[in-house]
Amino acid sequence: MSAVKPDYTRALDWKHGRVDMSYGSGGRAMAQLISDLFAAEFDNPYLAQGNDGAVLPPANGRLVMSCDSHVVSPLFFAGGDIGCLSVHGTINDVAMMGAQPLYLAASFILEEGFPLADLKRIVESMAKASREAGVPIVTGDTKVVEQGKGDGVFITTTGVGVLREDVTLSGNMARPGDRILLSGAIGDHGMAVLSQREGLTFDAPIVSDTAALHGLVAAMLDSGAALRCLRDPTRGGLATTLNEIAKQSGVGMMLQESAIAVNQPVAAACEFLGLDPLYVANEGKLIAICAPQDAERLLTAMRAHPLGAESSIIGEVVADAHGFVQMTTRLGGRRVVDWLAGEQLPRIC
Amino acid sequence: MKYVDEFRDGELAKNIAANIAREASSNRSYRLMEFCGGHTHAISRYGLADLLPASVRMIHGPGCPVCVLPIGRVDQAIRLAREHDVILCSYGDTLRVPASDNLSLMRAKAAGADVRMIYSTQDALKIARDNPAREVVFLAIGFETTTPPTAVAVKQAAAEGLGNFSILCNHVLTPAAMHAILAVEGGVALDGFVGPAHVSTVIGSQPYEVFARDYGKPVVIAGFEPLDVMQAILMLVRQINDGRSVVENEFTRAVTREGNRKAQALVDECFSLRDSFEWRGLGSVPHSALKLRPEFAAFDAEAKFGVGYVAVPDNKACECAAILRGQKRPQECRIFGTVCTPTNPVGSCMVSSEGACAAYYSYGRFREENT
Repeated sequence: MSAVKPDYTRALDWKHGRVDMSYGSGGRAMAQLISDLFAAEFDNPYLAQGNDGAVLPPANGRLVMSCDSHVVSPLFFAGGDIGCLSVHGTINDVAMMGAQPLYLAASFILEEGFPLADLKRIVESMAKASREAGVPIVTGDTKVVEQGKGDGVFITTTGVGVLREDVTLSGNMARPGDRILLSGAIGDHGMAVLSQREGLTFDAPIVSDTAALHGLVAAMLDSGAALRCLRDPTRGGLATTLNEIAKQSGVGMMLQESAIAVNQPVAAACEFLGLDPLYVANEGKLIAICAPQDAERLLTAMRAHPLGAESSIIGEVVADAHGFVQMTTRLGGRRVVDWLAGEQLPRIC
Repeated sequence: MKYVDEFRDGELAKNIAANIAREASSNRSYRLMEFCGGHTHAISRYGLADLLPASVRMIHGPGCPVCVLPIGRVDQAIRLAREHDVILCSYGDTLRVPASDNLSLMRAKAAGADVRMIYSTQDALKIARDNPAREVVFLAIGFETTTPPTAVAVKQAAAEGLGNFSILCNHVLTPAAMHAILAVEGGVALDGFVGPAHVSTVIGSQPYEVFARDYGKPVVIAGFEPLDVMQAILMLVRQINDGRSVVENEFTRAVTREGNRKAQALVDECFSLRDSFEWRGLGSVPHSALKLRPEFAAFDAEAKFGVGYVAVPDNKACECAAILRGQKRPQECRIFGTVCTPTNPVGSCMVSSEGACAAYYSYGRFREENT
């Protein structure tokens, strides 16, 4: 982000102002938006360099890089908004590789007419999430598209992290006998967004679990447990993520339904809408696959961290040429927990 | 939720399963059709087949509304959306039903048609109110459960003078389908029915009495929770063992013999019987579906836009017909799990999670592979 410093004749109208095409033109309006909003909120020495890119110090180890686009609707939901989500999402993608996230880049596509007040709220939320995570946003970009060509705001973030020498995690490393751990109750984020979108209200509000998981991951790595793979079960939920790992590793899985926690309001909302929480998105949970002898040690480390207090061992990796993820149900029967097909649509009768 | 959890209790399920295992004779088979997709879903999702002895076999019936919708009916809706520029609204699962030319409503939407997924008929009315310059058509599908809300919407539209709203009526009748299944020459390989849950809350248990009396098939109406289904199976086993065939009601917390009189009257006020209606899998079944009464002709999309029904034969390899009749199991279809999957459904039984094939594919395939 370049930071030209002209004397603006008028401050931005944070109350009633709206994004217009000039904010993406490269001219004075854009420079003002960058300096008064992005640079002011994200404030850090790398961004303050004010160049087309950030010059960063050498990193001590292999680099991990990941990017994630965010198009959530509605932009604001119980427990978060597109801003903090875009920070957490990419930090988590880097963290799932076992890396310590170091820097973020953020790219905004704004729709003409978008209220500046909402943009400010989103950027403040990003800045707060980035500060709390200790991962600065060091560079970025802004574009504006005509009204009707976007949906308010889309945010793409890219993260860079550094990997410890002794850590290699991959979806193809699960082996029969390995244990499958989950860091808490599932379905909170998806149902928080969906109930807001559909205007559904429940007795107990459903709050998104959006959170940066790199602290939890660091604690897990420090436990010394032989970790094979970490994943955050976002879109497609727990079921889809486990199927991805099973496919990559050429193994099957056997889960215990009774070990998978679902918060009561989420369970009720899923029941109401005919959804299966196994397929609902999370933004603050992770799945870990680890060697059987280390499972208890890993579980203890996870439970000692605030974001993993409700962790549990939910199942085991098994040999299965077909790569089926199966589950023993609460009733004692067995079912396949398949890939999600299409969108998860409510049942109709 | 507490209310629901009680019907999913693992210990109770084990007790019922033990009773079924003790009482079911190993010298005979108990071929039980669960009519409703909701039951199929519960059996698959909770793995109930694992709790049943080998002599008890569940056969998935045709009670999944999108599964019985023939290709020609979806084509009609797509034609309305593409050629008449209407806003076409329907329930979620309907959007994925395969139609002609490799289309579905969802694919038509991707190609530019204005197709919208709704959760209730009230959503469709709202879209009509919000878009007075556009025609809004609700693709109305389903059994007796979803018919009363459609009737409410039509009456509301009439009262409001909502001239841009109409429905494409595909509401079908459960007892007519049960007749069609049972009235096969040479008889059917069925020993009893797990009767519908939600449908029965509307029509009551009385309409099934004819099947117990005239066809000698016991019917036990059951709720959609796993313990409901297990208990109904036990009740069917007992009837069969005793040589009885009556209608019993396991779902007494919601179903009476008479059903919901108010809903019945509302449906009767708006709809009359079609002479015949084509079902996927069952073919043309007389008096098996509803159409709007002449008083409500202004809200009948078929008449309003002049889109007639053109029957389209099902894919030749597709065994949906035999599966819906309980004559074949999903895995006996040549294209099951290969050409036809939930991602690319060929037959409609693969579309909804309540469809026999999709439920089997998603929840039960391991039985095939591991045995």
